[in-house]
Amino acid sequence: MSPTIAPTAPRDSIWAHARYVLAGNPVTLFALCLFLAYALMALLGPMIAPFDPMASDTTRALQAPTWRHWFGTDQLGRDILSRVIVATRVDLGIALASVVLVFAAGGLAGLAAGFFGGWVDAVVGRIADTIMAFPLFVLAMGIVAALGNTIPNIVLATAIINFPLYARVARAETLTRRQAGFVDAARLSGHRDGALLLGQVLPNIMPIMVVQMSLTMGYAILNAAGLSFIGLGVRPPTAEWGIMVAEGASFIVSGEWWIALFPGATLMLAVFCFNLLGDGLRDIVDPRRRT
Amino acid sequence: MRQVLLRLAAALPTLCGVVVVTFLLTRVLPGDTATYFAGPTASAEAIEQIRRELGLDLPLPEQFWRYVVALTKGDLGMSLTTGQPVRAEIATRLPASAELTLCALVLAIAIAMPLGVLAAVRQGSLIDHACRVLTTAGVSLPVFFTGLLLVYVFYFVLGWMPAPLGRLDAFATAPPQVSGFYLIDTLLAGDTETFRAAAAQIVLPATTLALFALAPIARITRASMLAVLGSEFIRTARASGLSGPTVVITYALRNALLPVVTVLGMVFSFLLGANVLVEKVFAWPGIGSYAVEALIASDFAPVQGFVLTMAVLYVLLNLGIDLLNRAIDPRARHGA
Amino acid sequence: MSNVLSVQDLSVAFHTRAGVVHALDRVGFTVGAGETLALVGESGSGKSVTAYAIMGLLEAAGQVTGGRALLGEIDLLAASPAALARIRGKRVAMIFQNPRTALNPIRPVGTQIADVMRRHGGATWFNARDRAIEALRAVGIPDPARRARAYPFELSGGMCQRVMIAIAMAARPDLLIADEPTTGLDVTTQAVVMDLIAEMAAQTGMATILITHDLALAAERARRIAVMHAGHVVEVAETATLLARPMHPYSARLIAATPTAAGALDDLQSVPGALPDLRGTIIPACRYAARCDRRQADCGETLHPHEAEPGHSIACHHPLGVAA
Repeated sequence: MSPTIAPTAPRDSIWAHARYVLAGNPVTLFALCLFLAYALMALLGPMIAPFDPMASDTTRALQAPTWRHWFGTDQLGRDILSRVIVATRVDLGIALASVVLVFAAGGLAGLAAGFFGGWVDAVVGRIADTIMAFPLFVLAMGIVAALGNTIPNIVLATAIINFPLYARVARAETLTRRQAGFVDAARLSGHRDGALLLGQVLPNIMPIMVVQMSLTMGYAILNAAGLSFIGLGVRPPTAEWGIMVAEGASFIVSGEWWIALFPGATLMLAVFCFNLLGDGLRDIVDPRRRT
Repeated sequence: MRQVLLRLAAALPTLCGVVVVTFLLTRVLPGDTATYFAGPTASAEAIEQIRRELGLDLPLPEQFWRYVVALTKGDLGMSLTTGQPVRAEIATRLPASAELTLCALVLAIAIAMPLGVLAAVRQGSLIDHACRVLTTAGVSLPVFFTGLLLVYVFYFVLGWMPAPLGRLDAFATAPPQVSGFYLIDTLLAGDTETFRAAAAQIVLPATTLALFALAPIARITRASMLAVLGSEFIRTARASGLSGPTVVITYALRNALLPVVTVLGMVFSFLLGANVLVEKVFAWPGIGSYAVEALIASDFAPVQGFVLTMAVLYVLLNLGIDLLNRAIDPRARHGA
Repeated sequence: MSNVLSVQDLSVAFHTRAGVVHALDRVGFTVGAGETLALVGESGSGKSVTAYAIMGLLEAAGQVTGGRALLGEIDLLAASPAALARIRGKRVAMIFQNPRTALNPIRPVGTQIADVMRRHGGATWFNARDRAIEALRAVGIPDPARRARAYPFELSGGMCQRVMIAIAMAARPDLLIADEPTTGLDVTTQAVVMDLIAEMAAQTGMATILITHDLALAAERARRIAVMHAGHVVEVAETATLLARPMHPYSARLIAATPTAAGALDDLQSVPGALPDLRGTIIPACRYAARCDRRQADCGETLHPHEAEPGHSIACHHPLGVAA
């Protein structure tokens, strides 16, 4: 309730607090376990897939789930389970890359805007406003269309549409830190601006930015899969959740539900997992904002 | 009225930014528009010729000037694949998108606001927990996937809904155009049968979009209601013995609406984006599917026109939301 | 004099994460028609909680654990929410501190008065507006027809408190609870608002409970004063009696801590110590004992408020002015 912001707690107490929160919050614990499962799928990918995700076998096309093919096979007879597993790395990779990119760019821009104010603040604010003037997914479509249909461009587009969010959070957090007074104290004791920014302010806004990253990971995954679904970005025959749903779309009306269902459900669960995790992390980092 | 004009003027820089970005998207970035236009088999001279015709050999500021001049005349260029002016095509397809988006928004508000209010009034109850689950799950839904699931269940399995093939099935004829909204035009024409057909077609895509828009609206309604219900003037209203409905609706909800209306802007941004995906799933002949077709064909002018149209729509919507806020909040009207 | 409200053994507990807080313990007092009773104590002493408990406005964490609050024959603590809603605003009204935030910010003040009049005051849709304007005129707001259309942010704090009073008086209640009604107002406005409340009470024979931390204000406005400390009523007496011959050590300290027109600032003394921790089950019988300089061995024994002399009750084993 009090408006004062305490400096970040020492590391030990953060872990202790995290343990405490997790113990009383099975949902976050569940999300954490789910996250670890996805991380394993992304890391091990091809090693744990039961079949070659690219190998087509037309004699086995469009088979409903069986003991041999848990998730069934698609129109080319490829094993859907294997493709879903292998796609994890692609989808999470795109999302992670874009989040890291926007974390660096948006975070630094917001940090600078909040710290220096003046024209830096004005420029960052104007850029953010202009991006926000577009419906974000539409802007992402436009960017990918203009830059060319490649994975790095999907990463870039996803990063750009998240820029205003990160810049704003970083700016707001920096402002509260600056007003908290310990930056002034450091400046008086002879630190230079750059050192001050990176040494004093950045570590302090880190926790809330990490929460932000977890919350936007879900959105980034949705965005990338959405772009693939309409034929932008990752292209067939690469295994990717959005494309797989798109491929399954035309079979839904004839009843072959498994082609779209499994990749779609996996995608949905991944986004759900990151959203839950983000909410949980926020409770740990900033208990006051708990809803 | 003066305030409306002032607010309109304040939106101008944003509109300029939008125009600049849409211009930059096609002109500065890698990828040669002339080569696209000329097609894969064109000779070098042919490409040069097209470059000159399109004014792509001119310096950038002059190109921008021409682009803006064309825009003021309402000229968005020609579509390469259909050979039609982009403006005309967008104009004919816009009502389909607008009808779908508005239906979804109305549906989402109709469900999400009462849900958020109930969750706040009965904090900690079953309905509150249901609301929390729904809001977290709702933002995790990939619309293209939920759309397909609905089609599978309600068309293929249950057979309650028609095939996902656009605004009307093949046997019905479109009503004479008045508003462009089939649901309204059919009624104006007194054609209840076509109205039923059009309504049946729009139920699933609108539900898909609404499911997606539900979560943020319910979430903010709940949070905002909770904040207002804890405020001092609600205590006054209760101490004055005002009835429950008066306290919750006339006093609390109207105050809680302010943040909700603001969030509607963000919801609209999501909806306009999700619209593209849903139109593809349901073969809905709106501007979203138009843009997707153009994207696949590397047809530039329609994409540019689409992005610009969406952005302008969105700026106008935010303007409307701002005015709505003023209507609700006397403090904003007085510039306080 | 008949009692309008009689509070007996009112106990309230709050359930918090840190445990159960016993905020009120066997609070009792009465207030008669036309009379002003002041509830005085430092912040956290339970004055406002007492008022909210009587009004049935405790937040969800708060729970009445015992006692009665009799308004005529009706026990407000046992009344159903619906019955309570019919009584609130009609028979018991309340005004608050910070009048500007206590009014609905986006509803014209005249409409807010009209809302209450339609609910309790027998006004109809057609005459509620005119009657709201009349009410504004009655609380001394100039140009009431125009001000009825104003929003709270367009009015001064004093004006808003007048509006609050007009809302409270809408149904001519038997009892007005004024919770720190002058906090947040400037000094001259404070006097005007208090005069207005007194005038209204005199006109209608309404009883008033004035909740304040300001003993000087209470002394000036109330016929009787009840002193509260840490959820106990420690002393109740006629104002003159209390000021001249306080019997509870805390009352004496409170009087010494209150500036008077005649006294020099140098003579002021603060009350030493802080309110005790009211969590858990081990709470001293006398909640003032830890701060008290007259503490003796038997202060831990069960304590009951008792009448030391007619109309003067205290809760202390070793009161002042009585041979120990």
